[in-house]
Amino acid sequence: MDVKHVSEFRDPILAKRLIDKINDVADTPMKLMEVCGTHTVAIAKYGLRDVMPETVTLISGPGCPVCVTANSDIDMAIEIARQDDVVLATFGDMMKVPGSYSSLAREKADGRDIRVVYSPLDSLTVAEEHPEKHVVFLGVGFETTAPTVASAIQTAESRGVDNWSVLSLHKTVPYALKALVDDPEVQVNGLILPGHVSTIIGSRPYAFLAEEHGVPSVVTGFEPIDVLQGIWMLAKQIHEGEAKVEIAYKRGVMPKGNQTALKRIDEVFRPSDSEWRGIGVIPGTGMAIRDEYGGFDALKRVPVTPPEPREIPGCQCGDVLRGIVLPFDCKLFAKGCTPEHPVGPCMVSSEGSCAAYYRYTDYGKDLDA
Amino acid sequence: MCLAIPAQVRSIGEHRMAEVDIMGVTRTVSLDLVPEADVDDYVLVHAGYAIQVVDEEFANETLELLKQMDQPTGV
Ligand code: SF4
Repeated sequence: MDVKHVSEFRDPILAKRLIDKINDVADTPMKLMEVCGTHTVAIAKYGLRDVMPETVTLISGPGCPVCVTANSDIDMAIEIARQDDVVLATFGDMMKVPGSYSSLAREKADGRDIRVVYSPLDSLTVAEEHPEKHVVFLGVGFETTAPTVASAIQTAESRGVDNWSVLSLHKTVPYALKALVDDPEVQVNGLILPGHVSTIIGSRPYAFLAEEHGVPSVVTGFEPIDVLQGIWMLAKQIHEGEAKVEIAYKRGVMPKGNQTALKRIDEVFRPSDSEWRGIGVIPGTGMAIRDEYGGFDALKRVPVTPPEPREIPGCQCGDVLRGIVLPFDCKLFAKGCTPEHPVGPCMVSSEGSCAAYYRYTDYGKDLDA
Repeated sequence: MCLAIPAQVRSIGEHRMAEVDIMGVTRTVSLDLVPEADVDDYVLVHAGYAIQVVDEEFANETLELLKQMDQPTGV
Protein backbone atom coordinates (compact mmCIF):
# COMPACT_ATOMS: atom_id res chain seq x y z
CA MET A 1 0.00 0.00 0.00
CA ASP A 2 1.13 3.43 -0.71
CA VAL A 3 0.91 5.06 2.68
CA LYS A 4 -0.38 8.42 1.71
CA HIS A 5 1.79 11.44 2.30
CA VAL A 6 4.83 9.61 3.65
CA SER A 7 7.00 10.58 0.71
CA GLU A 8 5.63 14.12 0.69
CA PHE A 9 6.58 14.54 4.35
CA ARG A 10 10.14 13.52 3.42
CA ASP A 11 10.43 15.86 0.44
CA PRO A 12 14.03 17.21 0.42
CA ILE A 13 13.07 20.42 -1.40
CA LEU A 14 10.44 21.23 1.18
CA ALA A 15 12.97 20.37 3.90
CA LYS A 16 15.49 22.79 2.43
CA ARG A 17 12.91 25.56 2.40
CA LEU A 18 12.01 24.93 6.01
CA ILE A 19 15.68 25.00 6.99
CA ASP A 20 15.98 28.41 5.27
CA LYS A 21 12.91 29.58 7.16
CA ILE A 22 14.43 28.43 10.45
CA ASN A 23 17.59 30.36 9.59
CA ASP A 24 15.52 33.48 8.99
CA VAL A 25 13.89 33.51 12.42
CA ALA A 26 16.44 31.83 14.72
CA ASP A 27 18.30 35.03 15.52
CA THR A 28 18.96 34.33 19.21
CA PRO A 29 20.50 31.23 20.81
CA MET A 30 17.81 28.73 21.70
CA LYS A 31 17.77 25.33 23.36
CA LEU A 32 14.91 23.20 22.10
CA MET A 33 14.12 19.92 23.81
CA GLU A 34 12.52 17.03 21.99
CA VAL A 35 10.53 15.24 24.61
CA CYS A 36 9.80 12.08 22.69
CA GLY A 37 12.19 9.22 21.95
CA THR A 38 10.73 8.78 18.49
CA HIS A 39 11.71 12.39 17.77
CA THR A 40 15.20 11.70 19.11
CA VAL A 41 15.52 8.90 16.57
CA ALA A 42 14.05 10.96 13.70
CA ILE A 43 16.38 13.90 14.43
CA ALA A 44 19.44 11.63 14.59
CA LYS A 45 18.42 9.50 11.62
CA TYR A 46 17.78 12.39 9.26
CA GLY A 47 20.82 14.33 10.48
CA LEU A 48 18.71 17.32 11.47
CA ARG A 49 21.17 18.51 14.13
CA ASP A 50 23.73 19.09 11.38
CA VAL A 51 21.47 21.33 9.34
CA MET A 52 20.44 23.62 12.19
CA PRO A 53 21.81 27.16 12.37
CA GLU A 54 24.38 27.70 15.12
CA THR A 55 21.78 29.40 17.26
CA VAL A 56 19.61 26.28 17.53
CA THR A 57 20.62 23.52 19.92
CA LEU A 58 18.48 20.41 19.95
CA ILE A 59 18.59 18.43 23.18
CA SER A 60 16.89 15.17 24.04
CA GLY A 61 14.55 14.78 26.96
CA PRO A 62 12.88 12.03 28.96
CA GLY A 63 10.57 10.74 26.27
CA CYS A 64 11.49 7.09 26.12
CA PRO A 65 9.15 5.15 28.41
CA VAL A 66 11.64 2.29 28.70
CA CYS A 67 14.42 4.66 29.75
CA VAL A 68 12.44 6.52 32.41
CA THR A 69 11.21 3.34 34.09
CA ALA A 70 12.86 3.25 37.51
CA ASN A 71 15.17 0.44 38.55
CA SER A 72 12.83 -0.45 41.40
CA ASP A 73 9.98 -1.02 38.91
CA ILE A 74 12.11 -3.22 36.66
CA ASP A 75 13.18 -5.16 39.76
CA MET A 76 9.50 -5.66 40.56
CA ALA A 77 8.78 -7.06 37.07
CA ILE A 78 11.73 -9.42 37.42
CA GLU A 79 10.55 -10.59 40.82
CA ILE A 80 7.07 -11.28 39.41
CA ALA A 81 8.60 -13.29 36.54
CA ARG A 82 10.41 -15.42 39.12
CA GLN A 83 7.20 -16.63 40.75
CA ASP A 84 5.97 -20.17 40.09
CA ASP A 85 3.35 -20.62 37.37
CA VAL A 86 3.68 -17.03 36.21
CA VAL A 87 4.19 -16.03 32.57
CA LEU A 88 5.43 -12.47 32.10
CA ALA A 89 4.44 -10.90 28.78
CA THR A 90 6.17 -7.71 27.67
CA PHE A 91 6.92 -5.48 24.71
CA GLY A 92 10.31 -6.41 23.27
CA ASP A 93 11.92 -3.10 24.28
CA MET A 94 11.88 -4.06 27.94
CA MET A 95 13.80 -7.32 27.64
CA LYS A 96 17.36 -6.04 27.84
CA VAL A 97 16.75 -3.14 30.21
CA PRO A 98 18.96 -3.63 33.24
CA GLY A 99 17.34 -3.48 36.66
CA SER A 100 19.44 -3.28 39.80
CA TYR A 101 20.74 -6.83 39.55
CA SER A 102 19.33 -8.54 36.45
CA SER A 103 17.25 -8.04 33.31
CA LEU A 104 14.25 -9.85 31.85
CA ALA A 105 16.49 -11.23 29.08
CA ARG A 106 18.81 -12.74 31.67
CA GLU A 107 15.88 -14.17 33.61
CA LYS A 108 14.51 -15.73 30.44
CA ALA A 109 17.90 -17.32 29.73
CA ASP A 110 17.70 -18.70 33.28
CA GLY A 111 14.48 -20.46 32.37
CA ARG A 112 11.68 -18.09 33.44
CA ASP A 113 8.66 -17.98 31.16
CA ILE A 114 8.93 -14.50 29.69
CA ARG A 115 7.35 -13.77 26.32
CA VAL A 116 7.54 -10.85 23.96
CA VAL A 117 4.18 -9.68 22.64
CA TYR A 118 3.20 -7.00 20.19
CA SER A 119 -0.10 -6.04 21.82
CA PRO A 120 -1.66 -6.40 25.29
CA LEU A 121 -4.39 -8.39 23.52
CA ASP A 122 -1.79 -10.99 22.52
CA SER A 123 -0.90 -11.52 26.19
CA LEU A 124 -4.60 -12.04 26.91
CA THR A 125 -4.63 -14.80 24.30
CA VAL A 126 -1.62 -16.41 26.01
CA ALA A 127 -3.64 -16.45 29.26
CA GLU A 128 -6.63 -18.04 27.55
CA GLU A 129 -4.40 -20.72 26.07
CA HIS A 130 -2.75 -21.47 29.44
CA PRO A 131 -5.46 -21.60 32.11
CA GLU A 132 -3.00 -23.33 34.48
CA LYS A 133 -0.72 -20.26 34.47
CA HIS A 134 -1.15 -16.66 35.57
CA VAL A 135 -0.09 -14.26 32.81
CA VAL A 136 1.15 -10.81 33.82
CA PHE A 137 1.36 -8.14 31.14
CA LEU A 138 4.09 -5.58 31.83
CA GLY A 139 2.36 -2.28 31.08
CA VAL A 140 5.01 0.26 30.15
CA GLY A 141 4.36 3.38 28.09
CA PHE A 142 2.86 6.84 28.05
CA GLU A 143 -0.66 7.97 27.16
CA THR A 144 -0.21 6.45 23.69
CA THR A 145 -0.10 2.95 25.13
CA ALA A 146 -2.24 3.28 28.26
CA PRO A 147 -5.63 3.28 26.46
CA THR A 148 -4.73 0.07 24.62
CA VAL A 149 -4.01 -1.59 27.97
CA ALA A 150 -7.18 -0.13 29.49
CA SER A 151 -9.18 -1.53 26.61
CA ALA A 152 -7.50 -4.93 27.00
CA ILE A 153 -8.42 -4.95 30.71
CA GLN A 154 -12.05 -4.27 29.80
CA THR A 155 -11.88 -7.01 27.18
CA ALA A 156 -10.50 -9.43 29.78
CA GLU A 157 -13.39 -8.59 32.04
CA SER A 158 -16.01 -9.09 29.35
CA ARG A 159 -14.43 -12.40 28.32
CA GLY A 160 -14.23 -13.54 31.96
CA VAL A 161 -10.47 -14.18 31.89
CA ASP A 162 -9.29 -14.55 35.48
CA ASN A 163 -5.68 -15.68 35.05
CA TRP A 164 -4.39 -12.43 33.54
CA SER A 165 -3.30 -9.17 35.15
CA VAL A 166 -1.30 -6.04 34.40
CA LEU A 167 1.69 -4.50 36.17
CA SER A 168 0.86 -0.90 35.34
CA LEU A 169 4.03 1.19 35.11
CA HIS A 170 2.39 3.66 32.74
CA LYS A 171 3.33 7.29 33.01
CA THR A 172 1.75 10.56 31.91
CA VAL A 173 3.77 13.24 30.18
CA PRO A 174 2.55 16.82 30.91
CA TYR A 175 3.52 17.04 34.59
CA ALA A 176 6.89 15.46 33.94
CA LEU A 177 7.51 18.40 31.60
CA LYS A 178 6.60 20.75 34.43
CA ALA A 179 9.31 19.12 36.56
CA LEU A 180 11.77 19.72 33.72
CA VAL A 181 10.93 23.34 32.99
CA ASP A 182 11.05 24.05 36.74
CA ASP A 183 14.52 22.50 36.99
CA PRO A 184 17.15 25.28 37.02
CA GLU A 185 19.76 22.89 35.63
CA VAL A 186 17.76 22.17 32.49
CA GLN A 187 16.74 25.57 31.02
CA VAL A 188 14.92 24.90 27.78
CA ASN A 189 13.60 27.69 25.55
CA GLY A 190 11.12 25.56 23.65
CA LEU A 191 9.54 22.12 23.71
CA ILE A 192 9.02 19.79 20.76
CA LEU A 193 6.01 17.87 22.06
CA PRO A 194 5.33 14.21 21.28
CA GLY A 195 3.04 13.44 18.36
CA HIS A 196 1.36 10.25 19.41
CA VAL A 197 1.03 10.96 23.13
CA SER A 198 -0.79 14.07 21.93
CA THR A 199 -2.96 12.03 19.55
CA ILE A 200 -4.52 10.73 22.74
CA ILE A 201 -4.42 13.70 25.12
CA GLY A 202 -4.64 16.54 22.57
CA SER A 203 -2.78 19.81 22.96
CA ARG A 204 -4.80 21.35 25.80
CA PRO A 205 -3.12 19.57 28.74
CA TYR A 206 0.11 21.38 27.81
CA ALA A 207 -1.42 24.87 27.94
CA PHE A 208 0.08 25.59 31.37
CA LEU A 209 3.60 25.20 29.95
CA ALA A 210 3.08 28.24 27.77
CA GLU A 211 0.73 30.19 30.00
CA GLU A 212 2.33 29.67 33.42
CA HIS A 213 5.91 28.84 32.52
CA GLY A 214 6.28 30.91 29.34
CA VAL A 215 7.74 28.01 27.35
CA PRO A 216 6.84 27.90 23.64
CA SER A 217 5.61 24.42 22.74
CA VAL A 218 4.77 22.71 19.45
CA VAL A 219 3.29 19.24 18.98
CA THR A 220 4.67 17.56 15.92
CA GLY A 221 4.96 14.28 14.00
CA PHE A 222 7.90 12.12 13.06
CA GLU A 223 8.68 12.67 9.40
CA PRO A 224 11.51 15.12 8.66
CA ILE A 225 9.08 17.75 7.37
CA ASP A 226 7.02 17.43 10.54
CA VAL A 227 10.05 17.89 12.79
CA LEU A 228 11.43 20.81 10.76
CA GLN A 229 8.03 22.49 10.71
CA GLY A 230 7.85 22.09 14.49
CA ILE A 231 11.30 23.62 14.96
CA TRP A 232 10.44 26.49 12.65
CA MET A 233 7.21 27.22 14.55
CA LEU A 234 9.14 27.21 17.85
CA ALA A 235 11.87 29.47 16.51
CA LYS A 236 9.19 31.82 15.23
CA GLN A 237 7.45 31.98 18.60
CA ILE A 238 10.78 32.72 20.29
CA HIS A 239 11.61 35.34 17.63
CA GLU A 240 8.26 37.02 18.17
CA GLY A 241 8.48 36.80 21.96
CA GLU A 242 5.43 34.56 22.18
CA ALA A 243 4.70 31.43 24.19
CA LYS A 244 1.82 29.25 23.09
CA VAL A 245 1.00 25.63 22.35
CA GLU A 246 0.67 24.92 18.64
CA ILE A 247 0.11 21.78 16.58
CA ALA A 248 2.31 21.10 13.55
CA TYR A 249 0.82 17.64 13.12
CA LYS A 250 -2.82 18.33 12.46
CA ARG A 251 -3.39 15.13 10.51
CA GLY A 252 -2.67 13.10 13.63
CA VAL A 253 -3.53 15.34 16.58
CA MET A 254 -6.64 17.27 17.50
CA PRO A 255 -6.67 19.85 20.31
CA LYS A 256 -9.14 17.73 22.30
CA GLY A 257 -7.31 14.44 21.66
CA ASN A 258 -9.03 11.09 21.33
CA GLN A 259 -12.01 11.27 23.67
CA THR A 260 -12.78 7.56 23.51
CA ALA A 261 -9.21 6.66 24.47
CA LEU A 262 -9.24 9.19 27.32
CA LYS A 263 -12.48 7.68 28.57
CA ARG A 264 -10.95 4.19 28.59
CA ILE A 265 -7.94 5.48 30.55
CA ASP A 266 -10.19 7.20 33.06
CA GLU A 267 -12.43 4.16 33.50
CA VAL A 268 -9.55 1.81 34.29
CA PHE A 269 -6.75 3.91 35.79
CA ARG A 270 -6.44 6.56 38.48
CA PRO A 271 -3.53 9.01 38.85
CA SER A 272 -0.81 7.84 41.24
CA ASP A 273 2.73 8.87 42.13
CA SER A 274 5.38 7.54 39.82
CA GLU A 275 9.15 7.37 39.96
CA TRP A 276 11.03 8.57 36.88
CA ARG A 277 14.65 7.64 36.34
CA GLY A 278 16.80 10.74 36.66
CA ILE A 279 13.93 12.93 37.81
CA GLY A 280 12.54 11.18 40.89
CA VAL A 281 8.97 10.75 42.07
CA ILE A 282 6.51 13.03 40.26
CA PRO A 283 3.10 13.17 41.94
CA GLY A 284 0.15 12.21 39.78
CA THR A 285 2.15 10.96 36.77
CA GLY A 286 1.53 7.27 37.37
CA MET A 287 -1.51 5.22 36.39
CA ALA A 288 -2.67 2.81 39.05
CA ILE A 289 -5.45 0.34 38.28
CA ARG A 290 -8.76 1.36 39.87
CA ASP A 291 -10.23 -0.88 42.57
CA GLU A 292 -13.14 -1.79 40.28
CA TYR A 293 -10.59 -3.58 38.12
CA GLY A 294 -8.49 -4.81 41.07
CA GLY A 295 -8.74 -8.40 39.85
CA PHE A 296 -6.53 -7.37 36.91
CA ASP A 297 -3.92 -5.62 39.05
CA ALA A 298 -0.69 -7.64 39.22
CA LEU A 299 0.26 -5.79 42.42
CA LYS A 300 -2.71 -7.53 44.05
CA ARG A 301 -2.65 -10.81 42.15
CA VAL A 302 1.09 -11.53 42.40
CA PRO A 303 2.38 -9.52 45.36
CA VAL A 304 6.18 -9.58 45.62
CA THR A 305 8.90 -7.81 47.57
CA PRO A 306 11.80 -6.91 45.29
CA PRO A 307 15.28 -6.37 46.74
CA GLU A 308 16.51 -2.89 47.67
CA PRO A 309 17.24 -1.10 44.33
CA ARG A 310 20.65 0.31 43.43
CA GLU A 311 21.91 2.61 40.70
CA ILE A 312 24.00 1.30 37.82
CA PRO A 313 27.62 2.31 38.49
CA GLY A 314 28.98 4.84 35.98
CA CYS A 315 25.75 5.29 34.02
CA GLN A 316 24.59 8.88 33.51
CA CYS A 317 21.31 7.95 31.87
CA GLY A 318 19.39 9.96 34.47
CA ASP A 319 21.21 13.17 33.50
CA VAL A 320 20.88 12.34 29.79
CA LEU A 321 17.12 12.08 30.30
CA ARG A 322 17.00 15.57 31.75
CA GLY A 323 19.02 16.91 28.84
CA ILE A 324 21.81 18.21 31.08
CA VAL A 325 24.51 15.95 29.62
CA LEU A 326 24.81 14.55 26.11
CA PRO A 327 25.32 10.82 25.59
CA PHE A 328 28.85 11.59 24.31
CA ASP A 329 29.67 13.09 27.70
CA CYS A 330 29.24 9.76 29.47
CA LYS A 331 32.60 8.08 29.97
CA LEU A 332 31.12 4.71 29.08
CA PHE A 333 29.52 5.84 25.80
CA ALA A 334 30.70 3.61 22.93
CA LYS A 335 33.38 2.18 25.23
CA GLY A 336 31.92 0.04 28.01
CA CYS A 337 28.39 0.74 26.79
CA THR A 338 27.12 -0.14 23.29
CA PRO A 339 23.76 -1.41 21.96
CA GLU A 340 25.22 -4.95 21.94
CA HIS A 341 26.41 -4.63 25.56
CA PRO A 342 24.31 -1.89 27.10
CA VAL A 343 25.14 -0.68 30.59
CA GLY A 344 22.14 1.59 31.02
CA PRO A 345 18.57 1.80 29.68
CA CYS A 346 19.32 4.81 27.46
CA MET A 347 21.50 2.51 25.36
CA VAL A 348 19.10 -0.45 25.41
CA SER A 349 15.96 0.99 23.98
CA SER A 350 16.12 1.75 20.27
CA GLU A 351 14.60 5.09 21.19
CA GLY A 352 17.00 5.84 24.01
CA SER A 353 19.16 8.91 23.45
CA CYS A 354 22.42 6.99 23.87
CA ALA A 355 21.35 4.33 21.34
CA ALA A 356 20.12 6.95 18.85
CA TYR A 357 23.38 8.91 19.09
CA TYR A 358 25.42 5.71 18.83
CA ARG A 359 23.63 4.40 15.77
CA TYR A 360 23.59 7.64 13.84
CA THR A 361 26.90 9.17 14.82
CA ASP A 362 27.74 9.73 11.17
CA TYR A 363 25.02 12.30 10.79
CA GLY A 364 24.01 13.85 7.50
CA LYS A 365 22.16 10.93 5.99
CA ASP A 366 19.90 11.60 3.01
CA LEU A 367 16.59 13.04 3.99
CA ASP A 368 14.81 10.35 2.04
CA ALA A 369 16.97 7.52 3.38
CA MET B 1 7.96 3.23 21.65
CA CYS B 2 5.13 5.66 21.08
CA LEU B 3 5.39 5.18 17.35
CA ALA B 4 2.10 4.59 15.60
CA ILE B 5 2.09 3.31 12.04
CA PRO B 6 -0.37 4.38 9.33
CA ALA B 7 -2.61 1.59 8.04
CA GLN B 8 -5.75 1.34 5.94
CA VAL B 9 -8.87 -0.44 7.22
CA ARG B 10 -9.93 -3.27 4.88
CA SER B 11 -12.78 -4.92 6.76
CA ILE B 12 -14.40 -4.76 10.18
CA GLY B 13 -15.52 -7.89 12.04
CA GLU B 14 -16.99 -8.79 15.41
CA HIS B 15 -16.13 -6.70 18.51
CA ARG B 16 -14.67 -3.98 16.25
CA MET B 17 -11.71 -6.19 15.35
CA ALA B 18 -10.53 -5.15 11.89
CA GLU B 19 -8.24 -6.35 9.14
CA VAL B 20 -5.90 -3.53 8.21
CA ASP B 21 -3.24 -3.18 5.55
CA ILE B 22 0.11 -1.94 6.85
CA MET B 23 2.36 -1.37 3.84
CA GLY B 24 1.12 -4.51 2.13
CA VAL B 25 0.94 -6.67 5.26
CA THR B 26 -2.46 -7.64 6.67
CA ARG B 27 -2.89 -7.40 10.41
CA THR B 28 -5.77 -7.70 12.81
CA VAL B 29 -6.19 -4.71 15.10
CA SER B 30 -8.88 -3.46 17.47
CA LEU B 31 -10.91 -0.38 16.56
CA ASP B 32 -12.22 -0.03 20.12
CA LEU B 33 -10.51 3.36 20.54
CA VAL B 34 -11.73 4.80 17.22
CA PRO B 35 -15.52 4.31 17.07
CA GLU B 36 -15.72 6.57 14.02
CA ALA B 37 -13.28 4.50 11.90
CA ASP B 38 -14.75 2.88 8.80
CA VAL B 39 -13.60 0.70 5.92
CA ASP B 40 -10.99 2.47 3.70
CA ASP B 41 -10.06 4.99 6.41
CA TYR B 42 -6.41 5.53 7.22
CA VAL B 43 -5.69 4.94 10.90
CA LEU B 44 -2.61 5.14 13.14
CA VAL B 45 -1.88 1.75 14.70
CA HIS B 46 -0.09 1.26 18.03
CA ALA B 47 0.21 -1.95 20.09
CA GLY B 48 -2.54 -3.76 18.20
CA TYR B 49 -5.01 -0.88 18.37
CA ALA B 50 -5.97 1.89 15.99
CA ILE B 51 -5.56 5.06 18.06
CA GLN B 52 -6.61 7.72 15.55
CA VAL B 53 -8.20 8.20 12.16
CA VAL B 54 -5.71 10.16 10.03
CA ASP B 55 -7.25 13.36 8.85
CA GLU B 56 -6.69 13.50 5.09
CA GLU B 57 -7.88 17.06 4.83
CA PHE B 58 -5.41 18.29 7.42
CA ALA B 59 -2.61 16.34 5.76
CA ASN B 60 -3.31 18.07 2.47
CA GLU B 61 -3.78 21.44 4.10
CA THR B 62 -0.45 21.22 5.94
CA LEU B 63 1.37 20.29 2.74
CA GLU B 64 -0.30 23.06 0.77
CA LEU B 65 0.63 25.62 3.41
CA LEU B 66 4.23 24.48 3.46
CA LYS B 67 4.50 24.40 -0.32
CA GLN B 68 3.28 27.95 -0.56
CA MET B 69 5.50 29.30 2.14
CA ASP B 70 8.37 30.54 0.01
CA GLN B 71 6.06 32.68 -2.05
CA PRO B 72 6.67 36.33 -1.20
CA THR B 73 3.12 36.64 0.13
CA GLY B 74 3.64 33.59 2.33
CA VAL B 75 4.14 33.41 6.07
S1 SF4 C 1 26.22 5.62 27.41
FE1 SF4 C 1 25.44 3.83 28.58
S2 SF4 C 1 26.29 4.08 30.61
FE2 SF4 C 1 26.46 6.06 29.60
S3 SF4 C 1 24.58 7.18 30.12
FE3 SF4 C 1 24.19 6.11 28.20
S4 SF4 C 1 23.24 4.19 28.84
FE4 SF4 C 1 24.26 5.00 30.67
